[in-house]
Amino acid sequence: MTTDPNLDSPRTAVSNPPIQPMPVNLGPGDVVRASAMPDLPAPTRELTPVAKLIDVSKCIGCKACQSACAEWNDTHPEIGFNTGSYQNPADLSDQMFTLMRFNEYENPETGDFEWLIRKDGCMHCEDPGCLKACPAPGAIVQYSNGIVDFISDNCIGCGYCVTGCPFDIPRISPTQHVSKKCTLCSDRVAVGQGPACAKACPTQAIVFGTKEDMVTHANARVEDLKSRGYDKAGIYDPQGVGGTHVFYVLQHADKPQLYSNLPADPKISGVVESWKGVTKTVGLAAIGLAAVGSVLHGLLSRGNRVTAEDDREAKELVEPSLPAQDKEA
Amino acid sequence: MTNSWTDIRNTDLVIVMGGNAAEAHPCGFKWVTEAKAHRGAKLIVVDPRFTRTAAVSDYYAHIRPGSDIVFLMATINWMIQNDKVQWEYVKNFTNAAFIVKDEFGWSEGLFSGYDAEKRDYDKSSWEYVVGEDGFAQVDMTLSHPRCVWNLLKEHVSRYTPELVEQVCGTPRDRFLHIAGMIGECSAPDKTMTSMYALGWTQHSKGSQNIRGMAMLQLILGNIGVRGGGMNALRGHSNIQGLTDVGLMSNLIPGYLNMPTEKDSDWATYMSKKGFKPLRPGQTSYWQNYQKFMVSFLKAMWGDAATAGNDWAFDYLPKLDVANYDILRMFEMMDKGQVNLYFCQGFNPLLSFPNRGKLTSALSKLKLLVVMDPLETETAHFWENHGEHNDVDTASIQTEVIELPTTSFAEDDGSLVNSGRWMQWHWAAGTPPGQAQRDTWIMSGIFNRVKKLYQDEGGPFPDAILNLTWNYADPHEPSAEELAKELNGRALEDVYDLKDPTKLLAAKGKQVANFSQLRDDGSTMAGCWIFSGSWNEDGNMMARRDNADPDETGAYLGWTYAWPMNRRILYNRASADMQGKPWDPTRKLIEWNGEKWTGYDVPDISPTAKPEEVGPFIMNPEGTSRLFTRGMMRDGPFPTHMEPFESPIANVFNPELRGNPVARVFADDLAQFATSDEFPFVATSYRLTEHFHYWTKHNRINSALQPEFFVELSAELAAEKGIEKGGWVRVWSKRGSVKAKALVTGRIKPMQCGDKTVHCIGIPLHWGFMGAARKGWGPNSLTPFVGDANVETPEFKAFLVNIEPIKGEAVS
Repeated sequence: MTTDPNLDSPRTAVSNPPIQPMPVNLGPGDVVRASAMPDLPAPTRELTPVAKLIDVSKCIGCKACQSACAEWNDTHPEIGFNTGSYQNPADLSDQMFTLMRFNEYENPETGDFEWLIRKDGCMHCEDPGCLKACPAPGAIVQYSNGIVDFISDNCIGCGYCVTGCPFDIPRISPTQHVSKKCTLCSDRVAVGQGPACAKACPTQAIVFGTKEDMVTHANARVEDLKSRGYDKAGIYDPQGVGGTHVFYVLQHADKPQLYSNLPADPKISGVVESWKGVTKTVGLAAIGLAAVGSVLHGLLSRGNRVTAEDDREAKELVEPSLPAQDKEA
Repeated sequence: MTNSWTDIRNTDLVIVMGGNAAEAHPCGFKWVTEAKAHRGAKLIVVDPRFTRTAAVSDYYAHIRPGSDIVFLMATINWMIQNDKVQWEYVKNFTNAAFIVKDEFGWSEGLFSGYDAEKRDYDKSSWEYVVGEDGFAQVDMTLSHPRCVWNLLKEHVSRYTPELVEQVCGTPRDRFLHIAGMIGECSAPDKTMTSMYALGWTQHSKGSQNIRGMAMLQLILGNIGVRGGGMNALRGHSNIQGLTDVGLMSNLIPGYLNMPTEKDSDWATYMSKKGFKPLRPGQTSYWQNYQKFMVSFLKAMWGDAATAGNDWAFDYLPKLDVANYDILRMFEMMDKGQVNLYFCQGFNPLLSFPNRGKLTSALSKLKLLVVMDPLETETAHFWENHGEHNDVDTASIQTEVIELPTTSFAEDDGSLVNSGRWMQWHWAAGTPPGQAQRDTWIMSGIFNRVKKLYQDEGGPFPDAILNLTWNYADPHEPSAEELAKELNGRALEDVYDLKDPTKLLAAKGKQVANFSQLRDDGSTMAGCWIFSGSWNEDGNMMARRDNADPDETGAYLGWTYAWPMNRRILYNRASADMQGKPWDPTRKLIEWNGEKWTGYDVPDISPTAKPEEVGPFIMNPEGTSRLFTRGMMRDGPFPTHMEPFESPIANVFNPELRGNPVARVFADDLAQFATSDEFPFVATSYRLTEHFHYWTKHNRINSALQPEFFVELSAELAAEKGIEKGGWVRVWSKRGSVKAKALVTGRIKPMQCGDKTVHCIGIPLHWGFMGAARKGWGPNSLTPFVGDANVETPEFKAFLVNIEPIKGEAVS
């Protein structure tokens, strides 16, 4: 089903790839929005929106998703330390795009103890704060299927996306100076495969398909949870960011903050919103000239003065044996 | 497993006790989530810790490590008191009606016949009353005071909800809630499945823990049915296969017995294998024992095994002790009684108890040979790794040879999963470096030893010189050749026993299954239970047909399940006395008036009439056993025994320590602690991020769980001044480790009577080799004692102490 050439997007993550290579079915013509590119041409077609549903109530916290993510994206998360938690690595990083976050909860209503384990990572917002904040033309794109992708070649490592994200997801690589996050496996989706995490999930707590199918599935899961006494079970698909293409089934949908501080009502920062309608490249020039409020200044001061120096520093980090004259050049 | 992984989706209630399926078996656990999602099944977890399995459970209760028998016997008592019994099943399919000898009894924690000096029972009173007709006497009304049912009723009457609270530390209301949920499954159309693993086996009374749940399942009528069963989750992809082919010192492939010194000849050995039916008309399948044994001996020694030499029975070693389990081997090694030790795919320095003793023992060997795909701690036991392996290398004279082997992914062959499915696999890659297959290494050793005997002679060379070795490449038998040998073939034409004109298997052909094996030397089979896996129809293990008619979960065309491709053992018990399924919606097999038909391979002769032949054909009774007669060393019913190291005295008899018949070596006894010195209960376990001591060699797994830690309650942490993420020292009477502290609400202090019991969780997975941070395993701390029946070490309940220490700073 996934690899049906008549379908524009995969409908599941569980099937295996075909023997014959498939043509790439996600490209520039499918981009509906791109950072700092107000004059983007209209897309050539409209893809069916896709989504990844994470059913927290079925998750056993095994981290197969983390492992599959690192394997597929060929990242190298560091072998860190135990900080008194099952959460390892301790945080998301440019090498770890998804993370099981563990939270212990004594439910005052039932007297029961609960261990709430949430897979954290990019939510692929319908209205992506990162994209809106990004000043680098084409560094962040959104496809018509809903996937928000970072195009590293265009990224200047400024970190605006980090502040623009209401979920605190992107991380800047200290060596490559580009921003990294979950791509919803856009490279797999392009060839009819679902995300690696969903493929690896042993309990199918992570499932993938069209957003419509996933909502139907999520509703059935909510009914099941209600039958088991979770009266407040529900779907987390926050409308403050226009809904998301990664969304959750929660046992306690009325208290999303129980799940390692999942924001109750995420919104794009007002600072970023104020950029709406302004051509950001022009705006940036204006900021360079005019004094602005300290909040805005804070947002931007990590800005785009980075390229030359940081590039050199990054080279020093990865190639410490560079000749001295090169360092000074 | 009596059932299969895929069958778990058919259940109404899953109880995970003595295991942590989501953590240690995450892929198999998907079938629990299937049962929950599609049948509305509920999940109960009973565990000292709130585990990853508990995180997705419907109901959880904590329990003090090592007190499971009290919980289980109390559950059985509750079922009897509340009439939650599948009566027709119990009367007809268990030995409830059998009359037991008057001499049998129990008092003060001990059964009749105990000899404290020998640490053993005289089991002669643990037996049925046998009539003059040679059959066991029964009372089908269950009114006889000495019938098994009434003895059981009396035995479990001591186990009340109050006792559960006092001994297990499980709150009474939690226990009663669970008992109520389980009780619903006594209805013929409701089933419960039991999923357990090393949380039950790794106790000095591990076998009795499992017996307890098996008895409960029988009383509920949940054995032999879809969605029921006793399901042991095997901790390694092929550990089921290991036991099947007899890699236990007291077993021969297919669960045949290694002879002992008392079996001085074939006739003596076979005289104990009569298995005469104990009730009229019963099958008693082990009456075929001789066919399987002769076929095994023919597989071993071919033409050299003849009727004239008792099928080369004398070639077999004869045990002078009950078994040479690993504890005994290391005890002997430590006493300087072992010169050479072969360690194949096995890392005992981290896997067996009391690491200090293991290091001492390995240091006394002359030669240690390690065959492994990874650089194991055992192979490097002599290397000094600072505090993580602080040995005096210069004083160790053991020569160590490391032979790199292939891993499962670089080899063809079969793996037997928990559900007895023999699954063929194909090599996915070529071996790195100088790695060789285990068969290549062992063939090399065998061929050289054989040549030495040929050239130089030696005492009794027959078993080596006559060993059958007919492989295309004698230096490396192929997986296919070995698999065919395990299945067996006809050495002469084999005819139907009832119709001598009907040829079943022509000379030289593979036998179809073990029903064609013979005791006259006309067949051979390396492992009778595997017969059928590679017959004239080909490699049945390589089948990958996932058709599942009516979605029963049987998948008969997928690989091959021993025995006979049967997916659910004792499946005759899924139907009533007339042969109709207890639950028509969960039909497995049924009697159509002439024969058994249905979705699974019947576990009974296809034409055995339902009113006549009992479902448990491997027992001479034809029934299952609530009372196990003299078959277990520590009692015919489970009785509560404390761990050897316990904070609480045995409530039935404070003089008893641990399992009164478990084997204890003298030096180890001196190293058992009391709770005065070591006040906290420790338990050990796996984490899902790692597989034993393998994946710490892998960078991604190591990133996901990088560093050794112990888990303790917030209350104990506060009492000791231990901080989350800080360093602690944990020590027992045998050793000491340093770890990070994981302070959690998932472990709670337990109130056992007037005593507050704190539990400390100690995961395994860290050592001094590999990519992860160096650490220790729980075996630096654990006591050197095993289960009384099978010697599985007591890793799940022992005593330690803990204190905060200063360690290197956390970056």
